[in-house]
Amino acid sequence: MSNFLEVKNLSVSFPTEDGVVRAVDNLSFTLEKGKTLGIVGESGSGKSVTSLAILGLHKGSSAEVSGQILIDGQDINAKPETDVRLLRGKLMSMIFQDALAALHPYYTVGNQIAEAYLVHNKVSKSVAKKRAIEMLDRVGIPNPQKRINDFPHQFSGGMRQRAMIAMALSCNPSLLIADEPTTALDVTVQAQIIDLLRDLQKEFNTAIILITHDLGVVAETADDILLMYAGKEIEYGTVRDVLQKPQHPYGWGLLTSIPRLTGDPNKSLAAIPGTPPSLISVPSGCAFHPRCSYVSRVGTACSATIPELLPVTSGAHHLVRCHLDATAREEIFKNQVGPNL
Amino acid sequence: MFNYLLRRIVSGIIVLGIVSAIVFGIFFILPADPARLSCGKTCSEEQIVKIRHALELDQTLPIQYGRYLKGIFVGRTYLKGTTAELHCSAPCLGYSFQTDQPVTQLLKDRLPATASIAFGASILWLLLGLSSGIISALRRGTWVDKFSQGVALGAASLQIYFVGLVLQFIFVNKLAWLPAPGYSSPLHYPVDWAKQMALPWITLAFLLSAIYSRLTRAGMIEIMGEDYVRTARAKGLNNRTINLKHVLRGAITPIVTVFGLDLGGLLGGAVITEYVFNIPGLGKLSTDAVANLDLPVITGTVIFSAFFIIVANVLVDLLYAALDPKVRIQ
Repeated sequence: MSNFLEVKNLSVSFPTEDGVVRAVDNLSFTLEKGKTLGIVGESGSGKSVTSLAILGLHKGSSAEVSGQILIDGQDINAKPETDVRLLRGKLMSMIFQDALAALHPYYTVGNQIAEAYLVHNKVSKSVAKKRAIEMLDRVGIPNPQKRINDFPHQFSGGMRQRAMIAMALSCNPSLLIADEPTTALDVTVQAQIIDLLRDLQKEFNTAIILITHDLGVVAETADDILLMYAGKEIEYGTVRDVLQKPQHPYGWGLLTSIPRLTGDPNKSLAAIPGTPPSLISVPSGCAFHPRCSYVSRVGTACSATIPELLPVTSGAHHLVRCHLDATAREEIFKNQVGPNL
Repeated sequence: MFNYLLRRIVSGIIVLGIVSAIVFGIFFILPADPARLSCGKTCSEEQIVKIRHALELDQTLPIQYGRYLKGIFVGRTYLKGTTAELHCSAPCLGYSFQTDQPVTQLLKDRLPATASIAFGASILWLLLGLSSGIISALRRGTWVDKFSQGVALGAASLQIYFVGLVLQFIFVNKLAWLPAPGYSSPLHYPVDWAKQMALPWITLAFLLSAIYSRLTRAGMIEIMGEDYVRTARAKGLNNRTINLKHVLRGAITPIVTVFGLDLGGLLGGAVITEYVFNIPGLGKLSTDAVANLDLPVITGTVIFSAFFIIVANVLVDLLYAALDPKVRIQ
């Protein structure tokens, strides 16, 4: 199957008074229709900036975007804002983390969904209203005829996120970017929203980019995982590969830091030491090296040169950016990481 | 909602009562004798005693205040001289010492001029302030923004008596494009009315629009950073819809608040504007009354302007409920 979305060498930087912030650095990935890509990373790793770039939302700001973003063969980055605007919501759309903040407080939910539909469809307001009711019904909001007249604050957190999804999908986009769609929700509601996204994906064959820092959510929903750190991809592969045979020390850290029901309750959780780097002064060499426990095995290369993103084994689709060689990684995973999973 | 409105109206009436009591009380403390003021310069002690009795100034303060209030709600009867009685129907605010006219009548006569200034100027300043604020916000950092905000800052720091007199000198005295400001009835002489009102409108609008321009600009810039504006962009809306429907709508509430209070304040008397342009409105009435120590007129105008400010406050609260659905529910 051909790649519906193809991001090639995407870089996004923001000039600030303190220096240039390289939020995304030379990122490449692909996504097919009907598939889900999970982009995982800490705050500030460049996940959201990437998603905004795919929607072309950096246009008109001070951000400098380079590289190619091909959606269905059209380069979003090369097109002028006036053209990209006509694609937003129709070809690609987005749902945001905090639905309460992302919905306009002064307009009814129905009005906002109908508005999204009206932008791209030459229909009357009553048709758009019907579409809003239909979409709210589709995302599982009871009594949609009445609820379209509610304001966002009258909805519960989960319902607001459903309404956001209804709005984003009202024009049947082929690509949906979900930026931490469940972070602000209760765990039970999280599961409902994830199920809803999966159902809708099956129904409309939508390509989904799921941005999250929750590995559990990714494990359940994604086909591929892209692990980001300091604006760079550090590991990229199928969910199976990346979660079962993780290759990057950062990924090991993330996986071992998840609390487990079967573990010893008195043992403290393993945390990755240190804090995410400032994007203005990214550490030299591998950006993760100041927090990495295995630098001693490699030596000076970690702080001197940026490792390449290379296949784990030749020809594999599992890529990793690490100076450790394959045998060292295998040995560490087997002896130090594996037992803690 | 109805209960809320009722509560607001009741509290408004209480505030009016307090304002009237304070104003009434202050005039008792003043070292001016209303009887002597009302009598004129050549006045015998005997006459003053008579007048004092006729004006019921020989009664205690609470009784006088009670009768004053009674006059407002049901009207009252004065003894004129010793024999003739004078009925003052509700709402009675007493008689002017200077002209012997009922204060209520004076207020009624002067209100149209003040209302003309207030409404005309407010339309103008809203148009000017909002449009320049919107343009500044959208062109932030460019010379258009800097220029318009510079003008706004300058305008906000100027005074009506300065701008008013300069404009009057230019447009009335030098160029003779406009007649001297004044007041004609808009029903009978609409053209004269507009021409005479033009300078007061422009002067007031120039100064006040500066505040609205800055308020609009700051509000819009703040709202532009909101998540829901990003959502609007992500939907593929055009800039016009984003800026006017989503951003401006989010920023309008504080502007409406300030507008309501400004308008309410102006309706009670655009004191300086009326004084500068010599327009017979409520502001001019109150300044003249103060100059002549015409106590009933002063009390009347103060209560009347307090009334407008309170009404404006209640209206602003209602508008808030209309504008913000969260307030509506509570």
